[in-house]
Amino acid sequence: MMIEAENLTRYYGPTRAVYDLNFHVDKGEIVGFLGPNGAGKTTTMRMLTGFLPASTGTARVAGFDVFYDSLEVRRRVGYMPETVPLYPEMAVRDYLGFMAALRKMPNRAQAVDRALEACGIGDHAGVVIGKLSKGYRQRVGLAQSILHEPEVLILDEPTIGLDPRQVTEVRSLVREIGREHTVILSSHILPEVSQTCNRVLIMNAGEIVAEGTPEELTAQVQGAERVFVRIRDAGPEAVEVLKRVDGVVGVEPGDEGAYQVSCTQGYDRRAELARAVVERGWALLELRSASMSLEDIFLKLTTDEAPEILRSAQNDSRAEGGEDA
Amino acid sequence: MRNVWTIARRELYAYFSSPIAYVTMAAFLAVMGLLFWLIIVYSQQAIMGYTLGSPWLFFTLILYAAVVTMRLLAEEQRSGTIELVLTAPVRDWELVVGKYLASLALFLALLVLSLYQPLILARLGNPDLGATATGYLGFFLTGAALLAIGTLTSTFTRNQVVAAVLAVAISVALWLVEFVGSRATGTFTGDFLTQLGLFAHYPDFLNGILDTQHVVYYLSLVAASLFLATRVLEARRWR
Repeated sequence: MMIEAENLTRYYGPTRAVYDLNFHVDKGEIVGFLGPNGAGKTTTMRMLTGFLPASTGTARVAGFDVFYDSLEVRRRVGYMPETVPLYPEMAVRDYLGFMAALRKMPNRAQAVDRALEACGIGDHAGVVIGKLSKGYRQRVGLAQSILHEPEVLILDEPTIGLDPRQVTEVRSLVREIGREHTVILSSHILPEVSQTCNRVLIMNAGEIVAEGTPEELTAQVQGAERVFVRIRDAGPEAVEVLKRVDGVVGVEPGDEGAYQVSCTQGYDRRAELARAVVERGWALLELRSASMSLEDIFLKLTTDEAPEILRSAQNDSRAEGGEDA
Repeated sequence: MRNVWTIARRELYAYFSSPIAYVTMAAFLAVMGLLFWLIIVYSQQAIMGYTLGSPWLFFTLILYAAVVTMRLLAEEQRSGTIELVLTAPVRDWELVVGKYLASLALFLALLVLSLYQPLILARLGNPDLGATATGYLGFFLTGAALLAIGTLTSTFTRNQVVAAVLAVAISVALWLVEFVGSRATGTFTGDFLTQLGLFAHYPDFLNGILDTQHVVYYLSLVAASLFLATRVLEARRWR
């Protein structure tokens, strides 16, 4: 196990930033911290890197306590803070050389070249950091974090402020690194974690509110399969017709012939619904699965009643369907 | 220990890639040169101690030290770069000492550049070279202590101006405390305050006397300031 956190808690004065976190990350995993701004992601990462002490609780990285064996932890961790703080007056190569020297690396020049290459900034090696665009600075930050081929890589919002092409590049780079190393990254952008990470920890208000693979999370929260149907020229009896389809538990009429159909979990009733509509001679304009995306789950989990939602998600969606009936 | 050198070197690089090093050096040398000229013209004597011992030069030195050190840790904290340095395997004291040594090296370069003055004196007259050498040593030690104080105040805040103002305030207070003490000569408190004075230990150097107690005074000021600076950084991280 590469990272282990036990009851990790951090207060800033009276403000609770992170409360009672328990999680572990195995070797070779890419784990994403997902949460809205202020959820405690950065604080958690700072505690793991030893930059901030925990108020209570412990964390171990690569078997070393982040508080008592801070230097050992820092030797094994590569870290890119959210703001990517760099020295603006230094040239990229000089800066990476400086960081390599701080890490007392034996073959610095090669390590710097390798990191420049991996992050695609080889042609900017001589440019002064202050003159680089945001995207390139981000890559310098990333290059700095992988210089010493760390066992654990901690990236705080690695793709923030990048253009879509750069985002794709950084993601594939992270996946590349994640093959041999353990990676933790944070984000408040869903596609990022669902595409890059093996496992997601959703944080809100300093607590972990859900944990699992992107697929597991979807299954966990989603109570019923939902199908969106749009029909032209249907009469008021459409609701009854749709409800008669086997496996449908609720139908909710919307504007302009739209209906939200809830079905029992695990059954795809789209074919039956289509047949039912067409048999009545109505025009089927639209029919699609309206399952909750990770986005919906995230929004649901990070609203105020977040912790309850997981427990009552299934009941909720049944109840909604029932009301309409 | 190697980290100290790495950090000091980067800091010197930063000094010279901004106007700070050039402007502060030029300003200091200009003031010192003007003083030197005035003193020669008025005294008609080839004594370096007149320039090195001038209160005007003391005050210039205080301002110089404050300006040169104000960015050392304040800027790292403001821009957040300290987060990357301190999440690399670097000890807090290595960062403090590295930064301090960079400012000390800059000051040493400044003193070397000012050596044209004793050379002029040697051309014009017959200065006491021993006293000139000890005078320079005393001036260097005083500067070293002031730079350490500046390094300390730079850890207090992320605002460079605040750091500089605090450094000047502490340095001037440490200068004036000598005169407070002299109001009560003979009492323990009075003598203690006099001995605490930053420039009370300086005249012996100008007179060519090398007394270890004075050297110890300046070196302990350096050590105490850097120790405190390290503790302040630690307190930030472990509170």
